[in-house]
Amino acid sequence: MIGVFSIGTEMASYSTNEFRSGLKIMLDGDPCAIIENEFVKPGKGQAFNRVKIRNLKTGRVLDKTFKSGDSVDAADVVDTEMQYLYSDGEFWHFMDPQSYEQQAADANAVGDARQWLKAQDNCEVTLYNGSPIGVTPPNFVELEISDTDPGLKGDTAQGGTKPATLETGAVVKVPLFLEIGELVKVDTRSGEYMSRVKK
Amino acid sequence: MNWQPSASLQVIRERARIYRQIRSFFNTRGCLEVETPVLASTTNTDVQIATIEVPGFEIPFYLQTSPEFAMKRLLAAGSGSIFQITHAFRQGEAGRLHHPEFSLLEWYRTGYDYHQLMDEMELLITTLSLRQCSFTRITYRDLFRQVMDLGVDEVTLEELRGHCAKSVPGTNVAELDFDQCLDLLLGVVIAPTMQGYQFVCDYPLSQAALARVREDDDSVAERFELFFDGIELANGFSELTDADEQRLRFEQDNAARAQKGLPQYAIDERLLAALESGMDDCAGVALGLDRLLMVLLELDSIDQALTFTD
Repeated sequence: MIGVFSIGTEMASYSTNEFRSGLKIMLDGDPCAIIENEFVKPGKGQAFNRVKIRNLKTGRVLDKTFKSGDSVDAADVVDTEMQYLYSDGEFWHFMDPQSYEQQAADANAVGDARQWLKAQDNCEVTLYNGSPIGVTPPNFVELEISDTDPGLKGDTAQGGTKPATLETGAVVKVPLFLEIGELVKVDTRSGEYMSRVKK
Repeated sequence: MNWQPSASLQVIRERARIYRQIRSFFNTRGCLEVETPVLASTTNTDVQIATIEVPGFEIPFYLQTSPEFAMKRLLAAGSGSIFQITHAFRQGEAGRLHHPEFSLLEWYRTGYDYHQLMDEMELLITTLSLRQCSFTRITYRDLFRQVMDLGVDEVTLEELRGHCAKSVPGTNVAELDFDQCLDLLLGVVIAPTMQGYQFVCDYPLSQAALARVREDDDSVAERFELFFDGIELANGFSELTDADEQRLRFEQDNAARAQKGLPQYAIDERLLAALESGMDDCAGVALGLDRLLMVLLELDSIDQALTFTD
């Protein structure tokens, strides 16, 4: 495949026919990720690529239309698996488990992921020109309930939920029978309770 | 390892059924089935079509983007009305409605004009659909007027770019020329509003391709396209039979290719010689069979109609 980002001073570029979801490109000076790419070609006419793009700095999603055959600069964006260490209130610190190299991500980069971050958990950190601009938590996390209303004894079959605050600060709806100190599995993409975890 | 077909067995059987019916339809109507090469030393000069060049020959060889030139040489040789089911290839066309290799039915009717060919096409599609279908016809001009209140004959390039900027945000309209603006609006704004089987006809001369200029209105070409719910299924013409005019269009194509930095191709002199020797007036059309299957079986993407995509 052509257009793979190359290390060096010269910026690599992608032609529209290499567009696919997940591709990282530069647009108006910001790194962006392609979410959707649609090829439109009316009759014998000019072909266009209509793309939905997420600005990786602001998170904003926008539509762009390119003439097919145009090319755009590649963004030096890499997703790396890193271990979350701790937060000092201003920065969230991560470590590359292979190189032990550390990265500090600010609140903007961590975004909503912060409510799922537990020390030692592995996250995907998005680096732009070597610095963190985004953090994706694992799809599933196991977290302890730090606060919730008292559980209803024996009520394991009935439906009904109550809010519970987890050790990382996230608030999720859990079944009524769960107590403070219990461990739960949560899907971070939907923020939904999955199951109770035996300690 | 995913070795299984891209299409379901139901789709594969439907393809066999429509191929059988197409052959029987044309056989009973006196059209001769023909076969022409998919690999040839000349190719289409059309600026919007990218050809796949095949390595391994002393001179360049190309996968054909359409069987049109060879079929016209047959017509000039006196074949009479002909049809063909074949594969065509276009570099870089891939998406929900596109695949670089696709199947088409192309046929030519001597003595027909484009409206007579549309009539026959209605009959063919009704036959293949196994039910009554209704068709409408609208001119390119009226379509833009109806959907966008835009007069394609009067509008200036600046106004047209304004329409594009408003209707398709996120487009660098300054780099679009007149026809590119029309293509964008047709593909992105107008096509999604189209319903059922609809013929669009009488294209602007700048989009005439290989169509004859209309006798009673020299601002348009006798070209049509068939859409179903905005999906383009077919493109046809009253065919240009004038060798000099054809040479001029090839040269204009190559000039436009040079300007855009695209490869230029040797003009197909055998086609021009064939036209020179005399080709009867005729109308011809190409119908995309993978897309027709999509429409008949209500499939979401061309991949579901293709037996294998790789």
